[in-house]
Amino acid sequence: MRDIDVLPGLDRPGFLRSMLHSKGGNTFLALLFAGTLFAAMGNLLVPPDSPLYVDTYTITLLGKYLSFALLAMAVDVVWGYCGILSLGHGAFFALGGYGMGMYLMRQIGDRGVYGNPELPDFMVFLNWTELPWFWYGFDQFWFAAIMIMLVPGFLAFVFGWLAFRSRVTGVYLSIMTQALTYALMLAFFRNEMGFGGNNGLTDFKELMGFDLQADSTRVALLICSALTLGAAYLLSQFILSSKYGRVIEAIRDGESRVRFVGYKTETYKVWLFVYSAILAALAGALYVPQVGIINPGEFSPINSIEIVVWVAIGGRGLLYGAILGAILVNFAKTQFTGILPEAWLFALGALFVIVTVFLPKGVVGLLSVKTRSNNKPLPGLLETSE
Amino acid sequence: MTSLDAFREVMRRDRVFDFMLDETLPAVDVSHGVLLYVEGLSVSFDGFKALNNLNLYVDDGELRCLIGANGAGKTTLMDVITGKTQPDEGVVYFGQTHNLLNKSEAEIAELGVGRKFQKPTVFEALTVFENLELALRMDKGIVANLFFSLRSDQADLIAGVIDTIGLQTQIFQQAGALSHGEKQWLEIGMLLVSEPRLLLVDEPVAGMTAQETESTAELLTGLAGKRTVIVVEHDMAFVRSISREVTVLHQGAVLAEGSMDEVQNNPKVIEVYLGEAP
Repeated sequence: MRDIDVLPGLDRPGFLRSMLHSKGGNTFLALLFAGTLFAAMGNLLVPPDSPLYVDTYTITLLGKYLSFALLAMAVDVVWGYCGILSLGHGAFFALGGYGMGMYLMRQIGDRGVYGNPELPDFMVFLNWTELPWFWYGFDQFWFAAIMIMLVPGFLAFVFGWLAFRSRVTGVYLSIMTQALTYALMLAFFRNEMGFGGNNGLTDFKELMGFDLQADSTRVALLICSALTLGAAYLLSQFILSSKYGRVIEAIRDGESRVRFVGYKTETYKVWLFVYSAILAALAGALYVPQVGIINPGEFSPINSIEIVVWVAIGGRGLLYGAILGAILVNFAKTQFTGILPEAWLFALGALFVIVTVFLPKGVVGLLSVKTRSNNKPLPGLLETSE
Repeated sequence: MTSLDAFREVMRRDRVFDFMLDETLPAVDVSHGVLLYVEGLSVSFDGFKALNNLNLYVDDGELRCLIGANGAGKTTLMDVITGKTQPDEGVVYFGQTHNLLNKSEAEIAELGVGRKFQKPTVFEALTVFENLELALRMDKGIVANLFFSLRSDQADLIAGVIDTIGLQTQIFQQAGALSHGEKQWLEIGMLLVSEPRLLLVDEPVAGMTAQETESTAELLTGLAGKRTVIVVEHDMAFVRSISREVTVLHQGAVLAEGSMDEVQNNPKVIEVYLGEAP
C-alpha cells in the first residue's frame, strides 16, 4: 500500500474516534461531566451546613449557563466554521423555549388560577372558549419534543433556502436575521397570536410529572443540560471534522471557488443552518423549565447580538471556545448585575472591544496557539493500517 | 437465466454491488470530434460589449491557447463556460448534448469542466492534502461527504498528484502558508485530481520562475490528448512552447486562428498588436 508511506498520517480515525480525538475537546468533556457530577452530589448528598453544599439556586444557574453554552455552540457552528454571521439565533432559541413552554402550560391542567382544565390561564383571561389548533398535541411530551426541533428547523430551512439560494451573504444576511427575530418578537407580543402575548408563558408546575420546584428535578435538569451539551458537542465535532466540515470551512474561505470544484454550496449552508437552529432550539427548551418563564423578550435583537459576543469572547472557530465564552460572560453577568446592574452593558461592550483588539482568537486563543489540532495527522493510528 | 445463476451473479466475489460504485457521470457525446461549441456569444456589461458574437470550437483532446490584449474577453469567456456569467445571446455546448448555459457552476464542474483562476485561489485554512481531497472527483452530495473516508485508489491518486506538483514536504501544511508559485501548483494539482474532461487554465505561469514555467509547459503538453486544455496566457514564449493551435481574441471576438507562426504573420493581428497597417 503506497499511500501509507507517501502520505503518513493519512488515515483518518473512524466514526467514533473522530468525535473524540480533539484534545481540548476531551478536556472540556471531562470538566463538564466532573463539574456537573460534583454539583449534583453537592446538592443532593451533602448536608446543607457542609462547606461542600451546593444550593439549588446555583444548580439552576449552572443549568442556565449550560443551555446558553449550547446556544453559543450553535452560533459558532455557523459563524466560526462557515462564516455565516447570524444575528438572529435568539429566534430559534426562543421558539424552542416556547415549544417547551406550551408543553409545561398544558401540564398545569386545572391547577391554574382559573382552574380551567382545558385552557391555559391567559386564554381564559382573554375569554377564549377553546384551544387554538396549534396547541393541540402539546399535552404530550413526545409531540412537544418533536415540535421543538421541527418548527425552528423548518423556519431555518425556509429562511436559509431563500437567503442562500439568492446568494445573500455577509452584512446583508446578518441584517436579515436581525429582521427575522425582530419580526417574531413583534408577532409574539400580540395577544391574538395565542402565545400569552406580553407576559409569555409562566407559572409552570411540573415536567413529565416531576415537580419543577423540587431539588431533584432541578438537579435532573442540570444533568440533562450537560448530557445534551455533551452529545451536541460530539455530534458537531463529528460533522465538522468530516469532509463535509472541510467543505464548510472551504465555503467560509472562498465560496465561489467551492462552487467551481462542483459542490452545491447553498445546500451545504442550508443544512448546516438547520442543524444550528435545532441546537439553538434545544438550548431554549432546556432553558425554559429552569428559569420558569418564556416571554417575547427572548426574541429581542439585543439577545441575539449578545450570543455573538459570547462566541467572540470565547473564541470562534472552536466549539469549546464558544462554550467557554458563554459560561464566562454569563458568570460575569451574574456577578456584575449583582453589584452594579445598570453598568453591565457597558462592561460587556468594553469586554468585547478588549477581546477583539487584544485577543482576536478569544480566550481560548490564550490557552492554545494550535487552533486546528483536530486535523493534524495522528501518528498513533498509523500502526493499525497495513 | 435460472434463479441460481441470478443468485451467483449477485454474489460474485470479483466485483462490488452496483449501488456501491460511484455514480457514473453523464456521458459527454463527442462523436463529431468537437468537445466545446461556442456560437454567437455576446455578453455586455452596462453597454460595454465584453464578448461580441464570438465563435469558438475546441476539439476533444486539443491543447488550445487563447491570447489577446487586456479586455479582449478571455476571462469573460471562461466565466460564461463555467457558468459564472450568463450571456445575452449565443449558445455554449459541451459535447453534442450538454447545454452549459442552463446549468449551475456546480453542475458544470460535475460534468467535467475544471478551472484554474488567474489569481491562485486555494482554501487557505485547509492543508495541501485537504485541498486536494476536496477537489477529488466523487459524489459531491452532503451525505456522501459526511461519511466520506478515503479509498486507497483515491489516496494513490492524491499521492501521485502530490509527486507531480512537488509539494511532498508540505502535505500537511496549511495552504495559506505556501508561496505564490506553490499555490499555483496546488491549484493545478486540484485540477488534476478532479480528472476533468476540459481544463480551463487562466495564466498558469504568472509569478513562476523560468524552471517552474518549463515544468508547467511539460505538464500541460503531457495532458493534451488525454484531456482537452484551454490555456489563457500573456507570456508569448510560453504559448509558443506549448501550443499547436492559437486563437487570438480582440474586442470580444475571434481575430485569428491557426498555428503560432500563422497567427504572428497574420496582418490583422500585426495591425492590432503593433497598431499599424502593413
